[in-house]
Amino acid sequence: MAFRARHLLGIEHLAPEDIRTVLDLAERYVELNRRTVKRTDALAGMTQINMFFENSTRTQASFELAGKRLGADVMNMAVAQSSVKKGETLIDTAMTLNAMHPDLLVVRHGNSGAVNLLAEKVNCAVLNAGDGKHEHPTQALLDALTIRRAKGRLQRLTVAICGDIAHSRVARSNLILLGKMENRVRLIAPPTLMPAGVAEFGCEVFDDMRAGLEGADVVMMLRLQKERMDGGFIPSEREYFHRYGLDAEKLSYAKEDAIVMHPGPMNRGVEIDGTLADDINRSVIQDQVEMGVAVRMACMDLLAQNLRAERGRAATEGTYV
Amino acid sequence: MTLFFENARLIDPETLTQKLGNVIVDGDRIAAIGEMAAPGDAEIIECHGKCLAPGIVDWGVKIGEPGERHRESFRSAGLAAAAGGVTTIIARPDTNPAIDTPEILEFVTRRAQESAPVRIRHMAALTKARAGREMTEIGFLQDAGAVAFSDCEHVTADTKVLSRAFSYARSLDALVICHPQDPGLSKGAAVTSGKFASLRGLPGVSPMAERMGLDRDMGLVEMTGARYHADQVTCARTLPALERAKTNGLDVTAGISIHHLTLNEFDVGDYRTFFKLTPPLRPETDRMAMVEAVASGLIDVICSMHTPADEESKRLPFEEAASGAVALETFLPAAMRLYHAGALSLPQLFRAMSLNPAKRLGLPQGRLAEGAPADLVLFDPDAPFLLDRFKLHSKSKNTPFDGQRMEGKVLATFVAGVQVYRAGQ
Repeated sequence: MAFRARHLLGIEHLAPEDIRTVLDLAERYVELNRRTVKRTDALAGMTQINMFFENSTRTQASFELAGKRLGADVMNMAVAQSSVKKGETLIDTAMTLNAMHPDLLVVRHGNSGAVNLLAEKVNCAVLNAGDGKHEHPTQALLDALTIRRAKGRLQRLTVAICGDIAHSRVARSNLILLGKMENRVRLIAPPTLMPAGVAEFGCEVFDDMRAGLEGADVVMMLRLQKERMDGGFIPSEREYFHRYGLDAEKLSYAKEDAIVMHPGPMNRGVEIDGTLADDINRSVIQDQVEMGVAVRMACMDLLAQNLRAERGRAATEGTYV
Repeated sequence: MTLFFENARLIDPETLTQKLGNVIVDGDRIAAIGEMAAPGDAEIIECHGKCLAPGIVDWGVKIGEPGERHRESFRSAGLAAAAGGVTTIIARPDTNPAIDTPEILEFVTRRAQESAPVRIRHMAALTKARAGREMTEIGFLQDAGAVAFSDCEHVTADTKVLSRAFSYARSLDALVICHPQDPGLSKGAAVTSGKFASLRGLPGVSPMAERMGLDRDMGLVEMTGARYHADQVTCARTLPALERAKTNGLDVTAGISIHHLTLNEFDVGDYRTFFKLTPPLRPETDRMAMVEAVASGLIDVICSMHTPADEESKRLPFEEAASGAVALETFLPAAMRLYHAGALSLPQLFRAMSLNPAKRLGLPQGRLAEGAPADLVLFDPDAPFLLDRFKLHSKSKNTPFDGQRMEGKVLATFVAGVQVYRAGQ
């Protein structure tokens, strides 16, 4: 079996085989999550701590639910409000938690690379729940599972990623994952929201949305990350919606059966038309949320298996659904 | 006291030659160079064909006095310099408080003299508190011994303030040193923009910011006639602007740090903060262009840009971590990488590390010639070693070369005819 990593810090270090392993296991958790009794004991007795240095409702809830359904003891540290405000450094916070012997640490932080730094200092498995503008691996994996289920495959697809690419860790992780799985990726954004050097990533770059959407199988919209901007990236939200907001007219340039995705939370009327977001024939946004829990369960299950193996216990003890 | 260096490979940066020979040092001066025999009363130093060069004049060393002595003191910097073959430190004024009055300058001059085994000269701030609003007392500071005027990496955005400081400095024939960087474009940047920055999700600055910074400064130099030195020119795109300024007869020189000549942006790897520098490390193509520019003489000076940072300020997420690296002691071994790569000859290296900085600052050092000060470094360019940062003399250990294989060891360092360092001691 693939996926031998100690931590899940990004998609960059995963092989295609690792990605398939996560998605296959996640499929089984999708089934479990649809039952009335959703509980398994894959993480029984283990402690999971969620450390969100940036506020998050959806991702934190998804990780919490995933941990609880796997039988872990889950704790949410409200770090955004507490010790950091008193001047404690990231490493000290991590060391303090480490002394309490957690098994899984789920971390979100506002600085790129902060989760890598933390992972060097603790002896449990670290799961990156988003670091700055760097990576958000579980988001890319849940998007991949959503695409695979909707399209029946995860290769040779044309995927258009549109919007605020520059400030988006979701875009980076998706770009890397989709590339590894041999898809054609297009990035669509105004030049001010396009990171430098992206053309060298092996994707096509567009500033005209209609041209970029032409013939796409998947349209992935991104949220305009107003909180990460320090002013003046776009002239106004209404002009942005006019040129880069997804509506039925622009979507008509994509394939007839193209699916519409959004990592949430959505700014309706800024990057996506509300009616389109709710169109059950095109939008898979709710599926993404559902897949999120299953994918996070799969990731944590695999990391826990590796942790057990590393700690010298029987690697097969209570791991499967 | 007479010293006789026997059978040394003499590195002469003035004639760009090297040959085997002997050197007689009488007192604090070089008395003779050639094939002659040892005078009767001389202490003989057998060099076994190793290299003897004028000691390094390291322009732009940050020392934490006053204000941040836990990072580096005159004593620790002086010891590191001696161990690195640096015989003259040109200290930066970006201390806390900044060296912007003759009183502070006199204080640090005295502290340096009592504590350090090597020569230390000081630059003073160009504007008060390096804030870019009012010029300092350039005349008084010059009288108190300031060799040049710089606000270090602070770029004065107000060109009116800067033009006044430039023209006032010109009236005193004072050298001004600026950090060519457009302050708007470079705001908040941690790395050079491009594929690597985007992959790592780090805020980047376009290399164009450096060129725009130099272009602006060249306009002011043309306007005021100031004597100008760019502390670090690190991008290929900046070179044509520098060349044009020199061709047009402006009194302009430029430097670069040894790190920008030996490392590139990929060395940052997975957010290694010891590789976070100001300006940030550049792509390999830029590094290669810079090495060529040093070889051709377009870039005049190589410096260490020694910037001590304590562990806490580096153990942070990359964007928040302190910028800069210590380099006094690793300067010469790092420079040997360029020699072993065949990019620069030893005389070319010492032209940029010793001769040119001394000449530009009006100091008599930097030459291997009769009558020159006996500031010398004896080194073996081929001796290999593994760098252990905890063995460095600096109080701060933030070197990007930790754990790396290096070639080039300083065997002995002499300042004014007095031995201040011997390997193994």
